[in-house]
Amino acid sequence: MKSDLFGFLFGMWALIIIGGGIVVTLLGPISISGFGDFNWFIASVIKAVVALILVVIWILILSKLKNWIFRKEIKF
Amino acid sequence: MIDLLIPTIISCIVAFLVVFVMTPPLIKILEKRNFAVKDMNKKEDVMVVRPGGPAILAGIIASEIVLYAFLQMNEILAIIITTSAAFLIGYVDDRKVMGGWFKPVALAVAAIPIIAFGAYDTDLAFPLFGTVQIPALYIALIFLMIPITGNTINSIDVLNGVASGFMVIASFSLSICLFIVQNYEIAIVSLPLGFVSLAFYKYHKIPSKIFPGDSGALTLGAMYGSIAIIGGVEIIAAVALLPAVINSFLFLSSVKRIVEHREIKGVPVDHTDDFRLKATDDKTAPVTLVRLILAGGPMSEKQIGFAIFKLAIFSGILAVITAFMMGVSL
Repeated sequence: MKSDLFGFLFGMWALIIIGGGIVVTLLGPISISGFGDFNWFIASVIKAVVALILVVIWILILSKLKNWIFRKEIKF
Repeated sequence: MIDLLIPTIISCIVAFLVVFVMTPPLIKILEKRNFAVKDMNKKEDVMVVRPGGPAILAGIIASEIVLYAFLQMNEILAIIITTSAAFLIGYVDDRKVMGGWFKPVALAVAAIPIIAFGAYDTDLAFPLFGTVQIPALYIALIFLMIPITGNTINSIDVLNGVASGFMVIASFSLSICLFIVQNYEIAIVSLPLGFVSLAFYKYHKIPSKIFPGDSGALTLGAMYGSIAIIGGVEIIAAVALLPAVINSFLFLSSVKRIVEHREIKGVPVDHTDDFRLKATDDKTAPVTLVRLILAGGPMSEKQIGFAIFKLAIFSGILAVITAFMMGVSL
C-alpha cells in the first residue's frame, strides 16, 4: 500500500510538471489586440477559461490514476 | 547575505521559544476552562485540550515582528495580517460549529492583505518551461490559494502530532527551496513557520497534550500559502504539500461536495480490539489518506503518523528537485 502511495505522489508530481509545460505553451502566447484598453482583460478571460478546462482535465486524469493505482485497495 | 544572519537566528529562536514556553500555561488555562475534547483514538477516556492556535500565532507574530524590525518589508506585514485573520476564522470555528462553506469563503477574504500590500508577482513560474504572465487570473489564484492551504492542513489534522509534524517537514522543505531559487529574504521570513511547528510538535506528538484546533491548523496553512504566493514558489509549495493535497483530493472526490468532516455520517476508520486503527468497508464513508494507508492492514496511531511523515519527506525531496528544475530551461 505504502509503495502505491509513493507511486501516486510521484504520478501527481509528474502531472504537475507536464501540466505546467502545457500551461506555459498554451497560455503564455495568448495575446489579444483590437480592443484598446480591454486587450489585457479579454486575454485574461480567455486564459482563465483555458486554465479552468486544463484543471478539469488534470483532475479527471488524476482520478483515473487514483483508480488505477488503488484498484486493489479501494473496495470501500 | 551575512547581514541577514543575525535577524534569521534571532527570529528562529524567538519563534521556537515563544511557542515552547507559552504552550504549557495555555494548556493549564484551557484545562481550567474545560476546553477539552475526547481523543477518539485512545482506549481509555483521554481528554485533550484545544485549541493551541493562540500559542502558534504568538510565535509567528513575535518572530515576524523581529524580522520586520530588521528588514522592514511589506511582505512581512501581509503575512502577519493574513495569518492572524486565518487564526480568527479558525478560532470562531473552534468555538462555534460553522457550515462547510464558512472557512473557504472567510479564508479567501483573509488573502486580501497580500493583494493590498502588493506582495505578489503575477508571473507563475513552472519548472523546465519558464513563466506565464496571468495578471487577472493570478488575483483569483491568491483568493484560492489561502483557503486551499488552510483547509488542506486542517484536513490532515486527524491524529496526534500529524498536522504539526507534517508542517515541520513541509515548511522546512519550502524554506530550502526558497534558498535554492535564491529568494533569500522570503526564505528567512519562512523559517519561523518551521520552528513554530517544531516547538508545537513537542506538545502535539503522541500522546498529545494539546490539539492545534482549527485556529492552529488554519494559522499554519494560511502562513504556508502566504509564503508560497509572496515567494513566487506556488508550484514548489504545492509539491511539498502533496500528501495533504492527496488527502483533500481523495476526500472531495469521494464525497463530491465541500462539507465539514463532522457532517459526514460514514466512518472511514474503526478500531481493532487492541485499539489499533483499521479501514472500514463503509461505502458511505469518505476515502482519506489514513484509510488508504490502513487498507494494507491495521496499524497503531504512531505507525500511521510515521507513514504520513515518510510521504511528507518524499514530497519534500520532490519539491527540492522541482526547485533545482526551476533553474533549467528546455
